[in-house]
Amino acid sequence: MSTYSEYRTGEPVADTKAPDGPINERWDRRRFEAKLVNPANRRKHTVIVVGTGLAGGAAGATLAEQGYHVVQFCYQDSPRRAHSIAAQGGINAAKNYRNDGDSVHRLFYDTVKGGDFRARESNVHRLAQVSVEIIDQCVAQGVPFAREYGGLLDTRSFGGVQVSRTFYARGQTGQQLLLGAYQALSRQIAAGTVEMHPRTEMLDLIVVDGRARGIVARDLLTGRIDTYFADAVVLASGGYGNVFYLSTNAKNSNATAIWRAHRRGAYFANPCFTQIHPTCIPRSGDHQSKLTLMSESLRNDGRIWVPKAKGDTRPPAEIPEDERDYYLERIYPAFGNLVPRDIASRAAKNVCDEGRGVGPGGQGVYLDFADAIARMGRKAVEEKYGNLFDMYARITAEDPYTTPMRIYPAIHYTMGGLWVDYDLQTTVPGLFAIGEANFSDHGANRLGASALMQGLSDGYFVLPATINDYLARHPHDEVPDDHPAVIEAVTSVTDRLYRLLSNNGDRTPDSFHRELGELLWEECGMARTETGLRKALDRIPELREEFWRRIKVPGSGQDLNQSLEKANRIADYFELAELMCLDALHRSESCGGHFREESQTEGGEAERRDEEFSYAAAWEFTGTGEAPVLHKEQLDFEYVHPTQRSYA
Amino acid sequence: MNLTLRIWRQSGPDSAGRMTEYDVRDISPEMSFLEMLDTLNEELILRGEEPVAFDHDCREGICGACGMVINGEAHGPERTTTCQLHMRHFDDGDTIDIEPWRASAFPVVKDLVVDRTAFDRIIGSGGYITAPTGSAPEAHATPVPKPAADTAFEHAECIGCGACVAACPNGSAMLFTSAKVVHLNSLPQGAPERESRVLDMVGQMDDEGFGGCTNTGECATACPKGIPLFSITKMNREFVRAARKA
Repeated sequence: MSTYSEYRTGEPVADTKAPDGPINERWDRRRFEAKLVNPANRRKHTVIVVGTGLAGGAAGATLAEQGYHVVQFCYQDSPRRAHSIAAQGGINAAKNYRNDGDSVHRLFYDTVKGGDFRARESNVHRLAQVSVEIIDQCVAQGVPFAREYGGLLDTRSFGGVQVSRTFYARGQTGQQLLLGAYQALSRQIAAGTVEMHPRTEMLDLIVVDGRARGIVARDLLTGRIDTYFADAVVLASGGYGNVFYLSTNAKNSNATAIWRAHRRGAYFANPCFTQIHPTCIPRSGDHQSKLTLMSESLRNDGRIWVPKAKGDTRPPAEIPEDERDYYLERIYPAFGNLVPRDIASRAAKNVCDEGRGVGPGGQGVYLDFADAIARMGRKAVEEKYGNLFDMYARITAEDPYTTPMRIYPAIHYTMGGLWVDYDLQTTVPGLFAIGEANFSDHGANRLGASALMQGLSDGYFVLPATINDYLARHPHDEVPDDHPAVIEAVTSVTDRLYRLLSNNGDRTPDSFHRELGELLWEECGMARTETGLRKALDRIPELREEFWRRIKVPGSGQDLNQSLEKANRIADYFELAELMCLDALHRSESCGGHFREESQTEGGEAERRDEEFSYAAAWEFTGTGEAPVLHKEQLDFEYVHPTQRSYA
Repeated sequence: MNLTLRIWRQSGPDSAGRMTEYDVRDISPEMSFLEMLDTLNEELILRGEEPVAFDHDCREGICGACGMVINGEAHGPERTTTCQLHMRHFDDGDTIDIEPWRASAFPVVKDLVVDRTAFDRIIGSGGYITAPTGSAPEAHATPVPKPAADTAFEHAECIGCGACVAACPNGSAMLFTSAKVVHLNSLPQGAPERESRVLDMVGQMDDEGFGGCTNTGECATACPKGIPLFSITKMNREFVRAARKA
C-alpha cells in the first residue's frame, strides 16, 4: 500500500503580483509598476524559450524584437510544426464587431463562468482585454482570417456562446495563427536575434541559488547532451493530454519539460482538470495511435442518438425512428445537442456504459445529419461542413451524407499546469510558464476558441511585459559550467538515459504507455470515483516499477533514437499520472471537466462545493512516489458571483 | 492482410543506405499507414532490432511532419499526407516500397527522416510581414477584398511537408516558395515588402540547392493541400515585376 495519497497541506500560495483596485485597471497598473530594462541593456540578457507553439513562437519573436537575446528550442524538425497548428475552430476576441452586445467584461464573465469558478479573476480579465489586440496583431502579420464581401472580418458564434466573437480561418485557424507567429519568429532567426534549436528536447531545468538559470537539452539527431544558460527560462511546451496515450494531441507532445520543472520546485496546479472533447472519431481497433477531433460546430446541425435497445447491431438506417434515443434532446430539452462539452461527453459515456454504444467495441454514438440535409439541402450542408465530412470519410471510409457519423469523446486539452502568478512566473524565480503549460486562465473547463486566445495573449503581450520586471530586478552573473547544480542536472539526465538504454527488458515503451493510458482513462477520465482513483493510485506505482524493470529500448543514445525519446517521456508520465489521480481524489467536488460521481445533483449534474474547494490546488514535489505537499491558492470572486450551472 | 515492405534503411547521414525487406502480418484495413509502421516497429523492438525512424507528429494531416515516398509517389496513392493514408488502399499480399523524400536539398538524416531546414531558411529570408508586436493598426483599418483574402488563404494552406520537392524530377521548391509569396503578396498588409520578399525568397531557394522549375506540374499533383500550379505562374510574374523595378 502506497503512502503517496497521505499528502500534507502546507502554507497557502498567493498571487502577489496582481495589483488590487478596479479589475479593468489592474493590467495597466501592473505594466506601469513593472520595472523596465533599458533598451541598450536588453541584448545582454538571454532568455530561453522552450516550445514554438502559439505561446512560445509569439514570445520568442516578441522578446527578440524588444532586443533580448533569445535561445529557443523545439523537438520538431521545424518551429512551424508545434501542435497549436491542429486547432480548428477559431479564436475569441471581444471586438464586438457584430454590435451584438459583446464587451471585454462579457468575455471575462463568460470565461470565469465557463471555467466553473476555478480561475483567477485578475488573469481572466486581462485575457479578455488583450484579446482585442491579438486580432490586430495577427491581421497585420497577414493571417488570412475569413472575411465578408465588404472586406471586413467575419466572426461566428462558437461553443454555445450567445455572441459572435470567434474569428476563424476556415477549419484551420490554429494553423494560420501559428504560421503568423512562426513567420515572425523566422524573421528574428534570420536576423540572428533568436538562436533556434530544432530537434532539441529539454530534459531538465538548471536551478542555481534558487533561480532558474538554464536547461539541459538533448540534440535528438546526435544524442549530444548540452547545457544552455540564461537569465530567465520560459516554458511554452504545451499540455499533458498525452499522458492518456490516446488523445487529440500530437504523438510527440509531452510533459517532460513541465514535469522536470515541477521536480525542480515549480508547483503543479490542478492536474486533474482535463478536458474531454465530445466529437472525436472513435477508435477503430487496438492499433489506434491517436484520436482525431472534429469541430464541435457539427453539433449545431447534427443530432446525436443511440439505439434504445442494448446490443442493437442493426445498421443505423434499419433502426426505425421510434427505436432511437436522441438522448441529449431527451435529457436536456432546452439545450439539446448543444450542451457544453463535458455534459455531452459524459452522456455519451453513460449510454455506451449501458451497452447501447455503436460501432466497433460499442464505443461510439451517432451524429446524424439526415434531418439537416432534409431541412437545408445537401448543398448547404456541404458548404458548411464539407471539409469535416471529407476528413471523416477519409479516416473511416464511411459517407456521412448517407450514414450517420460515429463519434466518441477524447482527451483534448489540459487546464491544469504549472502554477503561475499574475506575471506568469512559477514558484521557481526566473522560471515562467505560458500557454497550455500553465494553469492560469481556464479554471476547471476551457471554452471553445479560448486556447488560441490564451496562447497568443501570453506570448505576444503578457510575458514580454512582465518578464522585464524580473530581468530588471535580478542582474545575473555567469553560471560556471562546473557549478554543482549544473553537474547534478546533467548527471541525472545522462544516468536516466543510460538506464533506459541498458535495461534490455522485454516490453516496448508504447506497451507501457497504452497500459497507463487505459488505466487513467478508466479511473481518471470522464467520471471519477474515490474507489477508482484509489485503485489507480495503487496500480500506478506497480506499473512504474515494472516499467523500470522491463523496458526495452534498442539502439544507442548517440543518434536519432525515437524509442529512447518515447521511453524517457513515458517515465515522466508515470509520475504525473499519480499526481493527477491524487488531485482528483482530494477534490471530492465536481467542477468543470472534473466530475466526481459522489458529487452530483439529483439530475446528475456536476455539483461544485465552493465552501470547501474554491481554491487552486498547487502541489509541491517531494520525491518520486512520495506524498506531495498541497498549497492552496484561495480564489475570491469580486466581479462574477458563483452560480451552479444548469442546462436542463 | 499480410504485406511485404521494402523500406529504405540508412543508419545516419553519412552511411550508405539500402532497401530492406520486412513482412508484416494481420494488418487491419482500418489502420493508417503510420499505424502499420508502428506495428512493424513494435515487432522490431522486441526482436532487438532498431525500429524504422520516420517523422510524424499530429497524425491529422496538418503539421506537415510526415512524408515518405510510397511505391514511387510522394505520400502514396491518395492525395493526402502519409498519416491520413489508410491501409484499405492496399491489398493483401502487396509489396510496398517505402523511401524517404528524394532531393539533394533534403539530405537523409536516418531511414525515412530527412532534413528540411532549407524550408525554414526560405521563410526566414522574406516569408513574413514585418509587424513587430504592438505596432499593429486596428484590424478593420484596412479592409481586404474577399477575393484577395480567399487567394491568400488558398496559398497559406501549405503545410511545408516537402512533397512538392520530393515529387519534382528536378527537386525544385518552386511550389513551396510561391505558396508563401502569393499568400503574403495578395494582401494589402504584404504590399510594402512585395518586391524584396519575392527576390529574397527566390534567391534563398536557389542558394539551398533546390532544382529549377521545368513546369512538369508533379508538385501540384502531389500536394496534399491542393496548392495550385498557377501559384508558380503568379510568383514568376511577381519576380519579373520586382526584378524590373530593382
